[in-house]
Amino acid sequence: MAVLRGDIELAGLTKSYDGVHTVVQGINLKIPDGAYCCFLGPSGCGKTTILRMIAGHEDPTDGEIVIGGENVVGLPPVARGTAMMFQSYALFPHLSVRDNIAFALRIRGLSKEDRYRQTDAMIEKVRLTELADRLPAQLSGGQQQRVALARAAITQPRVLLLDEPLSALDEQLRVRMRVELQSMQRDLGITFIHVTHSQLEAIALADMVVVMDRGEIKQAGPARDVYATPRDRYVAEFLGGQNVFSGKVDAVKDDLVSFAAPQMQHIAVPVGASRVGKGDTMDVAVRRDDVELVRPGVELTADKSWLSSRVLAVEYQGNFVKVMLDATGSDEFVAYIPERVFFRDPYTIGDVVQATWPSHLARLLAKTTALTA
Amino acid sequence: MADVRATKRALAPSRGSRPWTFYLLASLFTCYVIALYGPMICIYILSFQDVRGGLVFPMKGLSLHWFIDLFTQVRTGDVKGSFDRSIKLAILVTVITVVVSFMAAMAFRRRFPGDNIVFALMIGSLVAPGLVLGIGVGLLFNAIGIDTSPYGSALGAQLSWTLPFGVLVMFAVMSRFNPAWEEAAYDLGASAWQTIWLVFIPVLAPGLVAVALFGFTLSYDEFARTLQTAGPQNTLPLEIWSMTLNVTSPSLYALGTVTTIISFVIIGAALGTIVLIQKRRGARAT
Repeated sequence: MAVLRGDIELAGLTKSYDGVHTVVQGINLKIPDGAYCCFLGPSGCGKTTILRMIAGHEDPTDGEIVIGGENVVGLPPVARGTAMMFQSYALFPHLSVRDNIAFALRIRGLSKEDRYRQTDAMIEKVRLTELADRLPAQLSGGQQQRVALARAAITQPRVLLLDEPLSALDEQLRVRMRVELQSMQRDLGITFIHVTHSQLEAIALADMVVVMDRGEIKQAGPARDVYATPRDRYVAEFLGGQNVFSGKVDAVKDDLVSFAAPQMQHIAVPVGASRVGKGDTMDVAVRRDDVELVRPGVELTADKSWLSSRVLAVEYQGNFVKVMLDATGSDEFVAYIPERVFFRDPYTIGDVVQATWPSHLARLLAKTTALTA
Repeated sequence: MADVRATKRALAPSRGSRPWTFYLLASLFTCYVIALYGPMICIYILSFQDVRGGLVFPMKGLSLHWFIDLFTQVRTGDVKGSFDRSIKLAILVTVITVVVSFMAAMAFRRRFPGDNIVFALMIGSLVAPGLVLGIGVGLLFNAIGIDTSPYGSALGAQLSWTLPFGVLVMFAVMSRFNPAWEEAAYDLGASAWQTIWLVFIPVLAPGLVAVALFGFTLSYDEFARTLQTAGPQNTLPLEIWSMTLNVTSPSLYALGTVTTIISFVIIGAALGTIVLIQKRRGARAT
């Protein structure tokens, strides 16, 4: 076989189980070769269905899946050059670690010696040599995950598909295995597609984050772009770290938007790329770590926006303090204050404060619509 | 290992503090065991009498006379032949039951139109009284013009009994099969046959042995359905029944002892196989 590229293109990918409801609605996406791509979204958003369609465990109702320049719809997984790591690993309970990993080679008809030689190299790579004769039931969650990874990797796929690979593990192990996944991906140099509902996992691992909602892609891009510049309210709220509030536009002057509501009169937001007119209701995002708190009466410079509010709750987080405010009515408004800064002049519940941020750091969000790439 | 023992110790009740209900329930259980095995043990004991032996206590002498009598005397009937037929029939029933139950359980992993009806039809014959069902099978063979025989009509009648049981056991076994194992096998390139051979059968092996055991024992001592379907040649239970009508010597008891021993050997072999499968899997861990 020639060198197989692992770039993936999804074109108009659609899936419907009953012909009425579509779980995946005409997805278009390009994933470059060797990328670590995370599909992020709540359960039922269609992310696992997309993964299973790429893997060949589910047939699309419509659309194309192109891997390395070849439409693979209708091909079995092995012909696609994909391998999947299942959510609960699906290790064969009756086979030892070695035989689990050697399964694909056994299917290919390799002799016992040949397949054990290859398998033992792989076992060493995932550091399971001492456990090679154990059964899956006798392994810890992290060890099981390594077996599953090795079993998938031994087929030398160009794309590895991981369905919620860390969800079966406890919190500490999850962080450790996250690192292992990343180094494994760098080691193998192949495309990883990882489905998760945890935004922490997605932004920690991925070169490319695809945020999904109800069968549609909301935003796709590098982790930092998606986190720092979410497209709309959904993405901002799902990834967290942002305060999102909405207001009716009063005027647009010098590329700055001002709002009509009385409590928002000291807020100015750059127009950016949005098209805004007077009277539109717009969503505004302000990063929680961009917000500073000052006591009332402190003079603020003209390039700052501020809201007057009351402290609802204070949570100590170690390296920062999470202060919850009642600034924007029904929308949650939170300030992440560096720990040392907070304790210079701590606030208590009920204190009246001014939440302020440099105006140019706030962003207008797009109206909530699907992304059409 | 040490902490397992510690847990056991912690869970075990300390001596001397057992409530009176323990003794009540223990004696109840003892009575139950005596009622269960007492009658059978009487038969086994009485089968070891010598020539003077009769059908009731007290025991007269101690010898293997009636066992020898059982296999040498023609007047007691065709014990050897019926035993032979029963074993062969049971093996045949076992094989068919295991294969069909396995296939049924494979089919019922997913829902299909009419699955409830198919299931009800499969289980329905459990409800029919065995004697009536046997007569029906006999009549049907008669109407078609095929002579009733152990490996024809009796086989069919027995399968109407063992298959529903086999299927129910197999369903329970299959419910513990994770569908992701099948997908994983497909993902790694296995064909449907390879998946069955390398994943389904080995994973389900203990369950298949259990179904085989069910099939064998149900067939080996099946009476009601076989009575009207075995034709002129008897199976072992039919032979025993006819002996109770015309044999008045302890060789009848000797036959009971022999068949029981065989049953225990078969059950022991089946359970031993299951234990062995699990041991072999566990042994690789050390």
